[in-house]
Amino acid sequence: MTVTTTGDLPDEVYDVAIVGAGVVGAAIARELARYRLRIALVEASNDVGNGTSKANTAILHTGFDATPGTLEARLVREGYQRLTAYAAETGIPLEPLGALLVAWDGEQLAALPALAEKAVRNGYDETAILDADAVYAREPHLGPGALGALEVPGESIICPWTTTLAYATQAVRAGVALHLNCPAGAITTGADHHEIATPRGVLRTRHLVNAAGLYSDEINRRLGHEEFTVTPRRGQLIVFDKFARGLVDHILLPVPTALGKGVLVAPTVYGNVMLGPTAEELDDKTATGSSAEGLASLREKGARILPELLEEEVTAVYAGLRAATEHGDYQIHADPGRRYVAVGGIRSTGLTASMAIAAHVAELLVDCGLDPGPEREIEPVRMPTIGEAFPRPYQRADLIAADPAYGTVVCHCERVTRGEIRDALTATVPPGSLDGLRRRTRALAGRCQGFFCGAAVRAQFEAATAAQDRTEARR
Amino acid sequence: MTPTDRTHRTVDVLVIGAGPAGLAVAARLAAAGVDRVEVLDREQRAGGIPRHCDHIGFGLRDLRRVMTGPDYARHHIAAAIRAGAVLRTGVAATGWAGPRTVDITGPTGLERITATAVVLATGARERPRGARLVPGTRPAGVFTTGQLQQAVHVHHQSVGRRAVIVGAERVSYSAVATLRRAGAGVVAMVTDQPRHQTHPARHLGIRLRHGVPLVTDATVAELTGRARLESVRLRHRDGRFAAIGCDTVVFTGDWIPDHELARSAGIALDPGTRGPATDAEFRTGAPGVFAVGNLLHPVETADIAALDGRFAAEPVLRHLAGVPWTPGPLPVRVEAPLLWISPNRLTPDGPRPPRGRFTLRTTRFLTRPVLTVSQDGRTLHRGRLPHTAAPNRPFHLPADWIAGADAHGGPVRITAG
Repeated sequence: MTVTTTGDLPDEVYDVAIVGAGVVGAAIARELARYRLRIALVEASNDVGNGTSKANTAILHTGFDATPGTLEARLVREGYQRLTAYAAETGIPLEPLGALLVAWDGEQLAALPALAEKAVRNGYDETAILDADAVYAREPHLGPGALGALEVPGESIICPWTTTLAYATQAVRAGVALHLNCPAGAITTGADHHEIATPRGVLRTRHLVNAAGLYSDEINRRLGHEEFTVTPRRGQLIVFDKFARGLVDHILLPVPTALGKGVLVAPTVYGNVMLGPTAEELDDKTATGSSAEGLASLREKGARILPELLEEEVTAVYAGLRAATEHGDYQIHADPGRRYVAVGGIRSTGLTASMAIAAHVAELLVDCGLDPGPEREIEPVRMPTIGEAFPRPYQRADLIAADPAYGTVVCHCERVTRGEIRDALTATVPPGSLDGLRRRTRALAGRCQGFFCGAAVRAQFEAATAAQDRTEARR
Repeated sequence: MTPTDRTHRTVDVLVIGAGPAGLAVAARLAAAGVDRVEVLDREQRAGGIPRHCDHIGFGLRDLRRVMTGPDYARHHIAAAIRAGAVLRTGVAATGWAGPRTVDITGPTGLERITATAVVLATGARERPRGARLVPGTRPAGVFTTGQLQQAVHVHHQSVGRRAVIVGAERVSYSAVATLRRAGAGVVAMVTDQPRHQTHPARHLGIRLRHGVPLVTDATVAELTGRARLESVRLRHRDGRFAAIGCDTVVFTGDWIPDHELARSAGIALDPGTRGPATDAEFRTGAPGVFAVGNLLHPVETADIAALDGRFAAEPVLRHLAGVPWTPGPLPVRVEAPLLWISPNRLTPDGPRPPRGRFTLRTTRFLTRPVLTVSQDGRTLHRGRLPHTAAPNRPFHLPADWIAGADAHGGPVRITAG
């Protein structure tokens, strides 16, 4: 198994290199790992899923409201089926809560039948239009003034972090080389292979997949293409305390109208409630900060949807950037002459569509001359249970009896045990930072944000990192 | 072994939280002859917050001497054990399986403990940056005092070089001392109040000896920096902005009770303290469940928390003896600019709160305010406070009026004018 974070890149020519280890790049690596290929997954930052993939609304979409006939509509629909099955197989937290698109005015109410009809055209026929009484029967804490809703039972909440990590883990165990801290620079395309300059030396690959998210347009230009430009769209999110979880039991989606989309309120698989996102067009691809205006606007909108939510404590505030382009559809293009596939414009639906995007990209690579050879079985992975839908280690007498480290709770707010933190630190794809550890275990993600356990978790992280450094030094 | 196997046990008193309040009540109860008093703490070491407050100033009011936080923690641990209480650390109470039955996770497995009396002593914590809705990026270098003290005094970790302290109350000055111990410079203290809220000598010492400037009437508008904090942007009351370059920021104070267990039992909280609503005998709304310490009053000094524990022992003993559970029927509520009062339920013909007084907080400075106690429009008490009431510091209201309240009337209201 190969995961590198420092030092020179191996001196070999890969069959396929995927630039970008977000949810899409990791899914592509996992898809291709089913063939006997030399594959590199190359990531600029110190962790997988560390860009757009880490700060989103964590929803698995049915695709009911996609634009019918688009590539996005097809891949979201397919991806929903694939990821639902994969989540069950690997233990990715997923809860099929269903969504309600709540109408708060006449215009929104009038828009519901057309949305139901659009869902049918997208191959989804399980929606139902509810009157106000039915809406309040399902969500009694909803603010006053709801006129009706479109119910979409298939919409689900999912853990975006475990999803990306599961893909990457399975890919690495099947032989994919994951190179972190390895930003792609200049690219030279020769007759036989590409040479990608990185601070860790030159990466050589016959086929190149660009899954660089926010930076996919820049990589694309280096290959001589100008099909799209990424305009980062910032989404700020407020995560409320677990005591808010009892207030809501569906994903509450806004009804899209001419005036744009509102915000959603959704439970998370960790037992919190999320409010957001904002949608701000920006120029800066690093502007992942929240703003006073953004938070105030979210709170104002949230107060209308679920008034009691605003009385609960806020656990955390996040901001993520979606890789929006000037186009209304995904920008997935193959250039067989250059043995190159660009995967751009993967918006907020990318988490849902990731496995279908990967299958689609694999087909495009074949069009680009890749001979994958026979398919083989790859080892299934089983991810740690970090969602609330199933018993977690601190609740498992059998696990604690076998290993008392699962009985020692370190992060009290999220009830993360010493054993789980140890496992994450020694996993196939270990975290590169405390943030990465948080995404793998939930340690430090709770209401105290480290008041009680911050120093202890950091001590465990630094001890493990020092041990790894010593091992690498000996090599 | 199946996944859900649990050991079931019963005890007389289960105390949750081995800080000063929990240890003090356990010590008293065990000394009074209660057979099975068990104190649980989810941390690896007992002692609560004082165990990582490595500075002088603990013990004055309960032990009549002054010692460091760790010494103070050790004193209370030893006293509880000596009295015969069972002290267990590294075990976490994770929820309730009945009115006085608590589920526990520890390295030896899962337990379910049923007690005749449960005493909640789970303390308080500082609101972190997110809960304060401070905008900006999410870089490393953002602390609360609790995390900072454990990083420096317990784990000997490095912190930054240039720090900004948010807050200018007692705990904020502790954070200054901790940072200096860790070799970090404090470039500014920032408070949204017009002046500091600690003892003048303490403030002057920091200001003159260490040259730490105090920025008043200012709030944190934004944090900047990618991997590491680069600056905090301040917004002054007059609307001006200013940035201070720093690699560390410590959010101090702004305490909230750690009320998860109380709330998950369905115990009513007081809207001011956000801890369990309790009467003068530390009784919550749930029969047999008491609450003590900074879970009730976020926050008083450790010795006050320990005195709670001491005073709560008598009511717990009465409950163990079978005295009916009749918690105070009348809510006591404060009005702005007052923030909270403790205790916040009362029984007109019942005992007065310990030391004959209520403890209060204000959200802003009040110069010798007149405190008025009324019920259904009828004034029960009016008196001028002989000193200024400062935010983040306690002031007190005598309790000699409680007999005049009508047990069947509306809430008792406290106003400051």
